[in-house]
Amino acid sequence: MAAESNGNGTMESHFKLPQIKFTKLFINGHFVDSVSGRTFETIDPRTGDVIANIAEGDKEDVDLAVQAARQAFDNGPWPRLPGAERGRILLKFADLIDEHTEELAMLDAIDAGKLLHLAKFLDIPETAENLRYYAGAADKIHGETLKMSRELQGYTLKEPIGVVGHIIPRNFPSTMFSMKVGPALAAGCTMIVKPAEQTPLSALYYAHLAKLAGIPDGVLNVVPGFGHTAGAALSSHMDVDMISFTGSTEVGSLIMQAAAKSNLKPVCLELGGKSPFIIFDDADVDKVADLALQGCYFNKGEICVAGSRVFVQEGIYDKFLLKLKEKVENWVVGDPFEPTSHYGPQVDKKQYERVLSYIDKGNKEGATLFHGGKALERKGYYIEPTIFIDVTDDMTIAKEEIFGPIMSVLKFKTIDEVIKRANATKYGLAAGIMTNDLNTANTVSRSIRAGAIWINCYFGFDKDIPYGGYKMSGFGRDMGIDGLVKYLQVKSVVTPIYNSPWL
Amino acid sequence: MAIESNGKKTEFSVMIPDVKFTKLFINGNFVDSVSGKTFETIDPRTGDPIARIAEGDTEDVDLAVKAAREAFDNGPWPRLPGQGRRRLMMKLADLIEQNVEEIAALEALEAGKLYSLLKNMDIPAAAETLRYYAGAADKIHGETLKMSRDLQGYTLCEPIGVVGVIIPWNYPCNLMFIKFAPALAAGCTVVVKPSEETSLSALFCAHLVKEAGFPDGVFNVVPGYGHTAGAAISSHMDIDKVTFTGSTKVGRLVMVAAAKSNLKPVSLELGGKNPLIVCDDADVETAATIVLLGSLWNKGELCVSSSRILIQEGIYEELSKKLVEKAQKWVVGDPFDPRTQQGPQVNQVQFDKILSYIELGKAEGATLLTGGKRCSERGFYIEPTIFTDVQDHMRIAKEEIFGPVISLMKFKTIEEAIKRANATTYGLAAGILTKDLNIANTVSRSIRAGSIWINCYAVFDRDCPYGGYKMSGFGRDLGMKALDQYLQVKAVVTPLYNSPWL
Repeated sequence: MAAESNGNGTMESHFKLPQIKFTKLFINGHFVDSVSGRTFETIDPRTGDVIANIAEGDKEDVDLAVQAARQAFDNGPWPRLPGAERGRILLKFADLIDEHTEELAMLDAIDAGKLLHLAKFLDIPETAENLRYYAGAADKIHGETLKMSRELQGYTLKEPIGVVGHIIPRNFPSTMFSMKVGPALAAGCTMIVKPAEQTPLSALYYAHLAKLAGIPDGVLNVVPGFGHTAGAALSSHMDVDMISFTGSTEVGSLIMQAAAKSNLKPVCLELGGKSPFIIFDDADVDKVADLALQGCYFNKGEICVAGSRVFVQEGIYDKFLLKLKEKVENWVVGDPFEPTSHYGPQVDKKQYERVLSYIDKGNKEGATLFHGGKALERKGYYIEPTIFIDVTDDMTIAKEEIFGPIMSVLKFKTIDEVIKRANATKYGLAAGIMTNDLNTANTVSRSIRAGAIWINCYFGFDKDIPYGGYKMSGFGRDMGIDGLVKYLQVKSVVTPIYNSPWL
Repeated sequence: MAIESNGKKTEFSVMIPDVKFTKLFINGNFVDSVSGKTFETIDPRTGDPIARIAEGDTEDVDLAVKAAREAFDNGPWPRLPGQGRRRLMMKLADLIEQNVEEIAALEALEAGKLYSLLKNMDIPAAAETLRYYAGAADKIHGETLKMSRDLQGYTLCEPIGVVGVIIPWNYPCNLMFIKFAPALAAGCTVVVKPSEETSLSALFCAHLVKEAGFPDGVFNVVPGYGHTAGAAISSHMDIDKVTFTGSTKVGRLVMVAAAKSNLKPVSLELGGKNPLIVCDDADVETAATIVLLGSLWNKGELCVSSSRILIQEGIYEELSKKLVEKAQKWVVGDPFDPRTQQGPQVNQVQFDKILSYIELGKAEGATLLTGGKRCSERGFYIEPTIFTDVQDHMRIAKEEIFGPVISLMKFKTIEEAIKRANATTYGLAAGILTKDLNIANTVSRSIRAGSIWINCYAVFDRDCPYGGYKMSGFGRDLGMKALDQYLQVKAVVTPLYNSPWL
């Protein structure tokens, strides 16, 4: 397969890396060193080199951030503003993001190995659009009047829940940031963001823009650091009212436990997946081959909804494999700054080694290596687009979330069989259904136990669509109006009424 | 205060029924526990045993979950149209009403709750809750979404699956219905673990569930202890959701177990130290009645009980006097006696705990105005107790007592009252007594609690969501909100072509 810039180390010199402006913790409106003075390195996955040293937040820093957020919530203006005012500031924030698209895109590209051109045209604009969506919702947060069964007046108020902790992952540093921060700000909450240790750069830049936009001190704090220190401190903090987490299932469990053991704060978890991508005999093989490849390799497979189990009905199986072989040849793995790259390096060494070990397992357990299967021979954490066929349900590569560019192809006969096999996983995040048959589409979409069902498309995200998991893919929904729910408390207010004409 | 007719059941012309159902109810049948073990349930009027109940443990929970899982994955219940579930739930509500006396008697017997209140209020309310959710079953709506490009998107609200319901002993039937009714309406199947103190009414209702014609496995009841059967439910790998009402301490354990097992979502309704603020302009007589009812209702075994009474200084002396006067006339006695206003505490542990808090109050320097002692030689009866000069830092002002102990505290200004009302890790409920519209609005918005009662207290209604802020828990019971707990939101997206608009 063609992999331009493969082994050619000179590509890096073509791109002027941005100066890293923000490397300190952002607490109460200011960039500050960590209390311990410690810093940690953030690495460029294209080369393994250090990009910058970032202030390392730990428990004491989280305490300071929570203190600031608590003050801002209990006594500051933010929760007390009319919704439209918060909306206005969020719109300003979105505009500032648009004005700094280039720089932000570069930060995500060097921090996370994300494609520069996609970051510029998709990720960063989406980040701004998420904020605009919630800016428009801020003045439309409704409670209800209730229908009582005796002479009482009852209504619900939706109030901001308070100080929120956001723990975000490294695969979509920008969109994850706005997906969580947007609704929480609109609801009137204050917050502490703990970005992934692999990808702190854009979060700190957003903090700077937030301040410029007019978000008051203490409302939005960013504390980079490690999960087991800063993240744990946030999850177990006695004065944080809620945690919103996206990441692995293992860490999700630790967060929920820490929340329970501390102050019983509610949590929302968006975790892993092993999502089925189901292709029926009547599908357009050309279209679905492209979609299937996108489903597995988008963002170098570092996406929780990756369609990593591709179920192909036997009637179309051979044709599909031919198309797959043809199309995967066009996939270019290269420097994320190169506009011709289809995907860049895995986010860090650990992930890179993990993915390679899964390839190894696939080979050992008897799957047939159809394409790829090796790391690129160059500096950095690049892996070839890999396809295994003759995969059976019991193999490790068919059961565990890999989070890398590996596709497993499995054959099926009937619709009932594929529904059963698609559901035979502890996860339940997404599923793709490729068919033009109305009834098949309806039956399968209703039968699969997953939160996002995409028919004849994949990654069908939009701002009004609530997104989240069934089963061990988590609970709670991000995006859409539903995305606001977790940042609000429902209060019922009841008063007796007298001489009312009706109930 | 008068304690009458303690321990003599024949005087009140109430037929105390034979205990008919003492086994586990799994997959439509009453069965012994796998271990064969049983445990005693005690009559708090005397401390004597009422009956022996089959004791569920991990193996029994496994069987119940298997039955519920089969009923959910392959049975008719989730696949019925909403009206199909409605029909059976309405039938059950009718059967509850037809058997109201027996259910009321069982609860009065086990929990020391007032028989006449159970018969005329609590159990009928449970039936009404069932009807409310029966009527909601065919009105569970998803939404079509507004997309920003050529896509069709809609959400489906699907039943979450097998639900574990863990309930306490203070409102055995009501709390069980409040939880399983929306779960069933949503199309889920349930495994109920009633409190070990109060299994009888749950088992009787299981019998009625069968009589109503519910498919096997939809509704299962596994009596047993929290640390065995309850823990088995919280940590079960095949339960999709747990809803829990009980103490904050156990709520933690439930959430940790859920996190360590299969990351099932949980809803917790926990304790409270609820403030009732009485302003100068309140009518003393009415206020006294509301305060007493708020604090002594169900012998103080109520998570929303008004355990901190903040009284504005202008009305303090007069109201305190009135409260003492009324408390001393409060009738503590056999719950089957129609004249009784307060029955015995539910068990020895609670009884001892409350008495020790009373001693603590005295030791901490609060002034005892009335009560403070046990009422009789036998049974777990405690006098309605009022402390005055209670300070915020005292443990009786901070910790949930769950008994007939009232703490009176004086305040000057509304701002002060709000601050002090909010100075608690809990946030379940609050009350404000005032005629002033603006004070009512300010205070109701300022207090961080899930239920605010203005000029009333402990008022529940089926359409009104109920639940806590802060360490009183999360998730809402009652109202249409409660259905959310038992539903999964699924988004379905398809590309559109040639659509006239988005």
